[in-house]
Amino acid sequence: MQVSVDRDRCCSSGMCVTNAPEVFDQDDRDSLVRLRQTVLLPQQFDDVRLASELCPGRAITVTGDEPARTGA
Amino acid sequence: MTTAPTTPVLPLPARHSGGCPFGPPPAYPEAAATGPVTRAELPDGDLCWLVTGFAEVRTVLSDRRFSADIRHPAFPLLVAGARELITDNPDFLRLDDPEHARQRRMLTAEFLVKRVEALRPEIQRIVDEALDRMTAGRTTADLVTDFALPVPSLVICLLLGVPYEDHDRFQSLSRTMLNRESTVEQLREAQEEVLDYLRDLTARKRAQPEDDVLSRLAARDDLTPDDAAAMGVLLLVAGHETTANMISLSTALLLEHPEQIPGLADPATLPGAVEELLRLLTIVHTGLPRVALEDVELGGVTVRAGEGVMAMLSTANRDEAVFGGAGHRATDELDLYRDARRHLAFGFGVHQCLGQPLARAELQIALETLFRRLPGLRPAGERGFRTESFIYGMRSLPVTW
Repeated sequence: MQVSVDRDRCCSSGMCVTNAPEVFDQDDRDSLVRLRQTVLLPQQFDDVRLASELCPGRAITVTGDEPARTGA
Repeated sequence: MTTAPTTPVLPLPARHSGGCPFGPPPAYPEAAATGPVTRAELPDGDLCWLVTGFAEVRTVLSDRRFSADIRHPAFPLLVAGARELITDNPDFLRLDDPEHARQRRMLTAEFLVKRVEALRPEIQRIVDEALDRMTAGRTTADLVTDFALPVPSLVICLLLGVPYEDHDRFQSLSRTMLNRESTVEQLREAQEEVLDYLRDLTARKRAQPEDDVLSRLAARDDLTPDDAAAMGVLLLVAGHETTANMISLSTALLLEHPEQIPGLADPATLPGAVEELLRLLTIVHTGLPRVALEDVELGGVTVRAGEGVMAMLSTANRDEAVFGGAGHRATDELDLYRDARRHLAFGFGVHQCLGQPLARAELQIALETLFRRLPGLRPAGERGFRTESFIYGMRSLPVTW
């Protein structure tokens, strides 16, 4: 599973940092999303999926994920 | 495809009559039970769509085919005659990108998660001092005026650089602006007075800058003084009314469910407990207004270009498919151990609440500290709810401990 961010879509809500602080950061220079790591550990997958789902700007894309999981 | 409405057209905004005092007006969940998108009528007589489904509300708030620009001639308004109050420079909450993004980005650095985390000791101090004052030499208090209102008001005044001594004045003005029963004339006067107050204040900050948000806005050469004042009004009103009402409603609700209060005491469950309170209470009962810029298929109907829609956060946040499930209470009940993180209480899309990290920190600290320091907290008289306000909340909550 990989994650990428589109900084042009970021609206700095901070939802990603709240839900997956190990993976996402807010850049000190422009307050936009920044990845703290590009290689994800399996135990981070759920948090990153949630961060992607909850991003209000739809700026976080998850690829190479196993078949869709739904619900809480 | 367009389906004919199967239920009577609902007049907006619906009234709080009967039903649970912590829930939205019953007419909204009743409409939601008939379908995710139904017909409603605005006070000026125009029809609009009431969007109550979770997926549909997310679409309305995140799809650029729905505009937040209040200057659109068909933008839905919940006060009769209020269209004449709309100015050429509304605050950025009521603008679309790119101007919305340009103005919002002037503020994002102020509400970074790490910036808010660094404020926690200061918020804790404000909460502790408010409780010291509330409990000094007495055994009863009104939790609204003695705790729920002063805490967020002191925090936002500190951040913005607004003198707290002025709080009576701006609180009374914001009440009038948020009161659904205010006349257009009362709204106009309150709007002018609060704008004048912020214009004066930002002018003073421009002359004598301090280390606060208004000084930084006033110093910008890419923001007109009027836009800076409008931004100040938005931050001041949004920064204290919402959080204050969440603190008082949460406290009143928890006092009815004392068996769940331990959920606040554990640092591992406190953040989730606050998300559940945000979900269930969803204080913006009247929903978020948008206008369609193109024809959009939504929840089985066609919303036509130029039609207004109201995105109802409170019904979306009670969707059983999203928030229910085995082992949990029904979604119109409090369950601090539910995974409520998908809630839409802060909205969704590019307008989602900018101050949400601050709101979360304030709610976590205020509620944890209140029930830790006053374990015997209990009701001591009749409560009053703000049924007349566009931001739902409480007028009074007598307590003893």
